[in-house]
Amino acid sequence: MKKIIALVLVLCLALAASAALAEDLVLKIAHIGPQTGGAAVYGLATYRGAKIAADEISDADNGIKVELLNEDDTHDAEKAVNAYNNVMEQGAQMIVGTTTTAPCIAVGAKAFEERVFMLTPSASSTDVTADKDNVYQLCFTDPNQGSASAAVINEKKLGTKIAVIYNNADAYSTGIYQTFKTKAEDLGLEIVSTTTFTDETTDFSVQVADAKDKGADLVFLPIYYTPASQILIASSSIGYTPTFFGVDGMDGILTLEGFDTSLAEGVMLLTPFVADAKDELTVNFVAKYQEQYKEVPNQFAADAYDCIYAMVEAAKIAGVQTGDAAEDICDNMIAAMQQLKITGLTGAMTWSANGEVDKVPTAMIIKDGKYVGLDN
Amino acid sequence: MVFLSNLVNGISLGSIYAIIALGYTMVYGIAKMLNFAHGDVIMVGAYIVFCAAQYWNLPPVLCVIAAMLVCTLLGITIEKLAYKPLRQATGLAVLITAIGMSYLLQNTALLIWGANPKVFPSLFALDTIWLFNGQLAIKPETLITIAANIVIMTALTLFIAKTKTGKAMRCVSEDRGAAELMGINVNRTISVTFAIGSALAAIAGLLLCSSYPQLMPTTGSMPGIKAFTAAVFGGIGSIPGAMLGGVLLGVIEIFGKAYISTELGDAIVFAVLIIVLLVRPTGLLGKPIREKV
Repeated sequence: MKKIIALVLVLCLALAASAALAEDLVLKIAHIGPQTGGAAVYGLATYRGAKIAADEISDADNGIKVELLNEDDTHDAEKAVNAYNNVMEQGAQMIVGTTTTAPCIAVGAKAFEERVFMLTPSASSTDVTADKDNVYQLCFTDPNQGSASAAVINEKKLGTKIAVIYNNADAYSTGIYQTFKTKAEDLGLEIVSTTTFTDETTDFSVQVADAKDKGADLVFLPIYYTPASQILIASSSIGYTPTFFGVDGMDGILTLEGFDTSLAEGVMLLTPFVADAKDELTVNFVAKYQEQYKEVPNQFAADAYDCIYAMVEAAKIAGVQTGDAAEDICDNMIAAMQQLKITGLTGAMTWSANGEVDKVPTAMIIKDGKYVGLDN
Repeated sequence: MVFLSNLVNGISLGSIYAIIALGYTMVYGIAKMLNFAHGDVIMVGAYIVFCAAQYWNLPPVLCVIAAMLVCTLLGITIEKLAYKPLRQATGLAVLITAIGMSYLLQNTALLIWGANPKVFPSLFALDTIWLFNGQLAIKPETLITIAANIVIMTALTLFIAKTKTGKAMRCVSEDRGAAELMGINVNRTISVTFAIGSALAAIAGLLLCSSYPQLMPTTGSMPGIKAFTAAVFGGIGSIPGAMLGGVLLGVIEIFGKAYISTELGDAIVFAVLIIVLLVRPTGLLGKPIREKV
């Protein structure tokens, strides 16, 4: 009996030794985002996207394993800082997140002091990266989207009288609106109606009626798809059919459960990710996501997926080793990000020193329930 | 015409507030407690209708009945588990429990139905009514909501005035201790009140989501708070007051947004509440409470 036990022990030792010989690089990346509460849809999407990327990399047997930690911040700045403290205690080396802007600003400040590298998939305000060399963005910044939208509307002559409906309780929406307004004025576009709403708004009749009264032929919606769906429904109920133009937050409107997608016909939007795209990368990702989570991924999931790949590539350039402390690798990661060129689900990306991503937003139009390039 | 269409929108929103406010005021008037979970029972009701219509393909009438049954059971269960043990506790303890219950319901809904918002199916196969050469649109949902309000208000008033249970409710409302001494089963009366309030919540959920077809776990909370405001505005405990307060509040909200500022819409609503409470602390139709010295 003793002999058998000894044999087993020896075998175990041998196995452990051979595993150690392979010396997989283990990266501990922590995801922080809202997974309960009103913004849960975004945090769940980023977590799932990141998880798929982490599993893919770990399963590929290329000598790299990604260990993904996860914390819920309920879209609350204070809880996000607690979540950050938790993952740092668990030995996180870098952070993918946070998903939403306000918590990201709070966590970013703390991480800046403690020298922890962060790459956010979706917090798009410029406040997220301002004065912090350790925070990088993978999504477009709000100013970028606002001025790009105005430029596209002007260039393609999509409308002469423009109405804007935006969420004035939301930094994302307000940020895009402000740069849109500045750029539109520069280009000589006429904004005839500007109305607002908040996260709690249930009734959009006033906003839509104002746009209709002022004779707007294009309504710019720098908002997320949920209120956008309500605006489309309210417009159709009073027989108002202008051109609707959205930004990346509009993505998801076609997969909204119960929504009559014929109302979204002709809606235009700027988005970096299209779930219907036919390239291999997107098709694989969408298939995996649908299999695991029974829904079509939105751009948040795609951004987070790209984040993990970008971080792994940057970690390779930076020469990160298993078990390195977060504060020791932060500066190398920052340097690596600026050299990094990567093509992911959301296009080809490079980063500038202030942490903002450089990629091209594409204008899309919804035709027959699918996204089609505006130029096609 | 713009004024008229704003008025119609205001009445449409207001009648939704009114129907939610009826549930608040009914429970407050009899059990003397603010059931802050009412808005979330509405959300559950709306989800049941959604599932019944979308997944089980039931006809609209059965959807509503299913939602009413589930909400009634839910209301009674909440009352038995969370509020009944606190019958002798201070009002504050019950209030905090109700807020806790509200969060419990929201997060349970999040677990069951997920965070993704859903668009509520249209159950009423009716067309929008166009007046004045197509310049004024009246949605069928608005008319149905107003009709439902009037029917429910009348039925509730008659129920409380004419039936034996209604009489017991009035007794419990006036003096719980004395009612018990007179042989009225106070616990059962309060349970019945909750059952009716919750069944109303199911109808309110259906009408709320039919007019504003967005459904997520937090759907009930803001309309719930606004409806509570409406109930206080009209005089909490008063059934016609809830109706009046609801409709007025909706009209004020829409007019405030249309003629003052969309940014201040909610601020205007709550400012009105503060002013009404300063001038008439018992609300528009509330009974003045005489303090005996």
